[in-house]
Amino acid sequence: MAGNNPNAKPMNLTLRVWRQRSRQSDGQLVDYQVKDISPEMSFLEMLDVLNENLLHKGEEPVAFDHDCREGICGSCNLFINGRAHGPEPGTTTCQLHMRKFSDGDTIVIEPWRAAAFPVNKDLSVDRSAFDRIIQAGGYVSVNTGGVPDANEIPIPKNIADRAFDAATCIGCGACVAACKNASAMLFVSAKVSQLALLPQGQVERKTRVENMVAQMDKEGFGACSNIGSCAAECPVGISLENIAILNREFLNAKATSNNLA
Amino acid sequence: MSWLSKALSSSIGRKIIMAVTGLFLCSFLVIHLVGNLQLFKNDGGAAFNIYSHFMGTNPVIRTIEWVLVAGFVFHIYESIMLTSRNKTARGAQGYAVNHNEQNSPWQSRNMGLLGTIILIFLLVHLYNFFYRARFGELDPDINNNDDLYTLVVSSFQQWWYVVLYVLAQAALAFHLIHGFKSAFQTLGLTHRKYTPFITYFGYAFSIIVCAGFAAMPLYFFFKQF
Amino acid sequence: MKLEAKIPEGPLAEKWEKHKFNVKLVNPANKRKYDVIVVGTGLAGASAAASLAELGYNVKAFSFHDSPRRAHSIAAQGGINAAKNYQNDGDSVYRLFYDTIKGGDYRAREANVYRLAQVSVNIIDQCVAQGVPFAREYGGLLANRSFGGAQVSRTFYARGQTGQQLLLGAYSALSRQIAYGKVKMYTRTEMLDLVVVDGQARGIVTRNLITGEIQTHAAHAVLLCTGGYGNVFYLSTNAKYSNATAAWRAHKKGAYFANPCFTQIHPTCIPVSGDYQSKLTLMSESLRNDGRVWVPKTVEMAERLRAGQIRVADIAEEDRDYFLERKYPAFGNLVPRDVASRNAKMMCDEGRGVGQSGLAVFLDFADAIKRNGADWVSQKYGNLFAMYEKITGEDPYQQPMRIYPAVHYTMGGLWVDYNLQTTVPGLYALGECNFSDHGANRLGASALMQGLADGYFVIPYTLGDYLAQTAPKPVTTEHAAFQEAEAQVRERINKLISINGTRTPTEFHKALGHIMWEYCGMARTAEGLRYAKQAIQQLRKEFWTDLKVVGVNEELNQTLEAAGRVADFLELGELMVDDALNRDESCGGHFREEYQTPEGEALRDDENFAYVAAWEYQGDNVPEALHKEDLAFENVKLTQRSYK
Repeated sequence: MAGNNPNAKPMNLTLRVWRQRSRQSDGQLVDYQVKDISPEMSFLEMLDVLNENLLHKGEEPVAFDHDCREGICGSCNLFINGRAHGPEPGTTTCQLHMRKFSDGDTIVIEPWRAAAFPVNKDLSVDRSAFDRIIQAGGYVSVNTGGVPDANEIPIPKNIADRAFDAATCIGCGACVAACKNASAMLFVSAKVSQLALLPQGQVERKTRVENMVAQMDKEGFGACSNIGSCAAECPVGISLENIAILNREFLNAKATSNNLA
Repeated sequence: MSWLSKALSSSIGRKIIMAVTGLFLCSFLVIHLVGNLQLFKNDGGAAFNIYSHFMGTNPVIRTIEWVLVAGFVFHIYESIMLTSRNKTARGAQGYAVNHNEQNSPWQSRNMGLLGTIILIFLLVHLYNFFYRARFGELDPDINNNDDLYTLVVSSFQQWWYVVLYVLAQAALAFHLIHGFKSAFQTLGLTHRKYTPFITYFGYAFSIIVCAGFAAMPLYFFFKQF
Repeated sequence: MKLEAKIPEGPLAEKWEKHKFNVKLVNPANKRKYDVIVVGTGLAGASAAASLAELGYNVKAFSFHDSPRRAHSIAAQGGINAAKNYQNDGDSVYRLFYDTIKGGDYRAREANVYRLAQVSVNIIDQCVAQGVPFAREYGGLLANRSFGGAQVSRTFYARGQTGQQLLLGAYSALSRQIAYGKVKMYTRTEMLDLVVVDGQARGIVTRNLITGEIQTHAAHAVLLCTGGYGNVFYLSTNAKYSNATAAWRAHKKGAYFANPCFTQIHPTCIPVSGDYQSKLTLMSESLRNDGRVWVPKTVEMAERLRAGQIRVADIAEEDRDYFLERKYPAFGNLVPRDVASRNAKMMCDEGRGVGQSGLAVFLDFADAIKRNGADWVSQKYGNLFAMYEKITGEDPYQQPMRIYPAVHYTMGGLWVDYNLQTTVPGLYALGECNFSDHGANRLGASALMQGLADGYFVIPYTLGDYLAQTAPKPVTTEHAAFQEAEAQVRERINKLISINGTRTPTEFHKALGHIMWEYCGMARTAEGLRYAKQAIQQLRKEFWTDLKVVGVNEELNQTLEAAGRVADFLELGELMVDDALNRDESCGGHFREEYQTPEGEALRDDENFAYVAAWEYQGDNVPEALHKEDLAFENVKLTQRSYK
């Protein structure tokens, strides 16, 4: 069986992959050759080929995170040739296809680099810092049941749409990986502005931003310097405008909340 | 007041200080430029020396001078704090290959470098003019004011001085191109209607102000021939 | 053991209300004395864990992902049904109930489905209150669309990412409880066995996927919310990690597995492009609203097209066979998923398929573009077109899409009673993991509804009923059953590592998937199924003698993880085949070629097969015992589905 394009020629590639046994150990870049890679393959399918080869040779396959392979779960996270999720804009690693590369290419594959994202093994990193930031306040405190009818509070369509645009964040961490400062501001701002825009988020608006930013700082992410790499590399197009909203929310909360701590 | 110090030492708090001091320094640039435009007046420096005498002696100006110093100090201090925080945030192991030139403008990634160039220039500049005007011995001009004008003109007739000034102004322009609109972003002052204007204004501001400053050494350097 | 569905007495519409009153309650002060384990934190698991923690129970939640936000619920595109009747178009709880029962080809329990329709309205309220940004009209009220051939607009949606938004809502509720300390979250932790103490589910054995540490956890009840088993086919629209291990381990500890052969094949997926293919990508069913499905009229022409001798544009209009429009003039391209899928397969079997592999049909938007313009098509389907182009490298505005059916959802699952309790007391199954609400075929936009219904609005009541009858004494992992289960898990892992053969877990998985797809896929025959059964047995033997795993247990070892999951798929696959062989009828997603109407439609046998087939594990390599739960239809009349 071959792909849809009868003219697509298989490629031979050199992969320069970061290998690291565990969080505690040191790692290094190791070169591998892969042959007969179809341009129709996804990038992760190409890594599957590498891993099957390694297994057959009795070597340990390269560990990497992935799951849905359709660009929505946010698991995949490779830094490919110096770019978060590779050279294609608006694309997760799993949706990147080999037709974007050429025969003979050397492809450097590294894990996300951030102090807050320690490497588990090889290309797999620990992004639980993001979960802890959400746990600090990225929710509306309503218990199950006892909520008003869904149509009780009308929300202007453009507000709902903007909230949706912010809410599409898949939590992959490309923003942190691409940012010169390893800042998580785009991630945090997406959640803060989603809930700040919606009427349901108003009750906890101030405590939410205060707590989430405090947690973000505690996790050791860098500070935003408005470079814009994050938004440029974001696979789902989260806008920098969200960071401005986060800053505004933070200023407003710090200036006017009753929180003295 | 622990809430305030905590707020200001948070990552966003520090950025807010950067933004506020940055915009304040922008306002200083405007005043400095407007005042110095008197260098171009063809009166042998009389107007300029009156102006510099006023700036050096007026008690209000002398007070605000300290605010300006504070602005610089905070801007520089916070930038050092943030840079060190951001370096730590990347972790011990950086990228072997990083092509961030493909996802962001050069000046945005190099504000620290640009700022350092500006700082070095500033020290030279302060030593050469400010220090000598305030603490040094300058000859009086026809109005019996210190003749700073002559010092300026003679300085600007030396090529290496002109090169330093023009390069510094270029660095400042790039610094401002990022910094001006960035300050509004950091303060959360964005809006779909106004942000495009702020962006364009920032570009224009950076180029006009820096071109204005750069024009002075160039003017005097080429005037001598 | 006789299957007790525990359906409450009384009229359909009152069963749930009555039941809620009749169930026993746990005293608020006592709730904190009960520990509950929730395995899986997708829609069903996250909503259950959050809701139970809010009530005061101590919850331990487990996910093999690095974060609960990555569960495959996130990939659901279309929407979520609810009988809100906001559109004033004649919807009602009863109509949603009726459509679901009928769509499931009359193989689901009336009472469960009715309850699902009832609580559907609460789900929307809950999600909106959490800040889920559903699509809205200009007036600010919620928008709806019709979906999956429904005649009313009852589907709520958030562009093409409804699953994502609902999951993030449930995840936020769960995160809040984690912050409060009411939920202890174990990420990157996989359940490898169930612990049963004195006939009651009392805990689980887990493996930490980063360190390999094997742990036991005790609780008063265990909830499995671990999703479906579509990956038994290797290629499916499920995520790569989606697996059946937790459910299968529970099955081997006494939980019956119901209707395992009921799998849903979705017609609009991007076709396989090569042997290296690792998964299939679904494109929303909504594409069939404007796309026309066709293949070349003759085999000869199809062959030339596949060989690249002619191009699509060279095929004249009269040489194109719009087979769905031809065969089903009333519904045309909008026939239900199973009908559309089967017909695409028929065309390819005839040799008229397109694409290099011949395993695809065209979905053509040329008419829609001519009629309404490319902009209009882009507004409606832009994101899907972009996704298609990303994956295939072809521009669907210029040439027709190629689509082919793919495994998408499994209606079968652990057998549960009305309370969602399995045949092991104290063990519950929620969401796609159970079998209860979709019969033989699931309607579009109903999976999200069921997952959240179970987690938010059913389990908080029904679990209390069980716990109220359990003493609030602390549970520990002291009991010998825990040590025994842990030892078994260790032994199994050691075995997987020590075989040291020549074939990788993926190779076995692909081989299994091939057997399942060929013989237990879209169309099944008794002969094929018999062959599949022995082929799977043979493959399983080879697996346990020729498997290759490298590395050790005490590290992140993705090969080892995969091996354990494939081992379970190899057993589940055989049960699916047994079930398909047992069910001598065609219904919904289960199509036995021997049982079809003269027009080639599914032919049910209500007299002999209006039952749930629940299978009881009897031991390794021993045929499973079949238990039947007869389905009583008191409120709907069983009819033959027709889409002519």
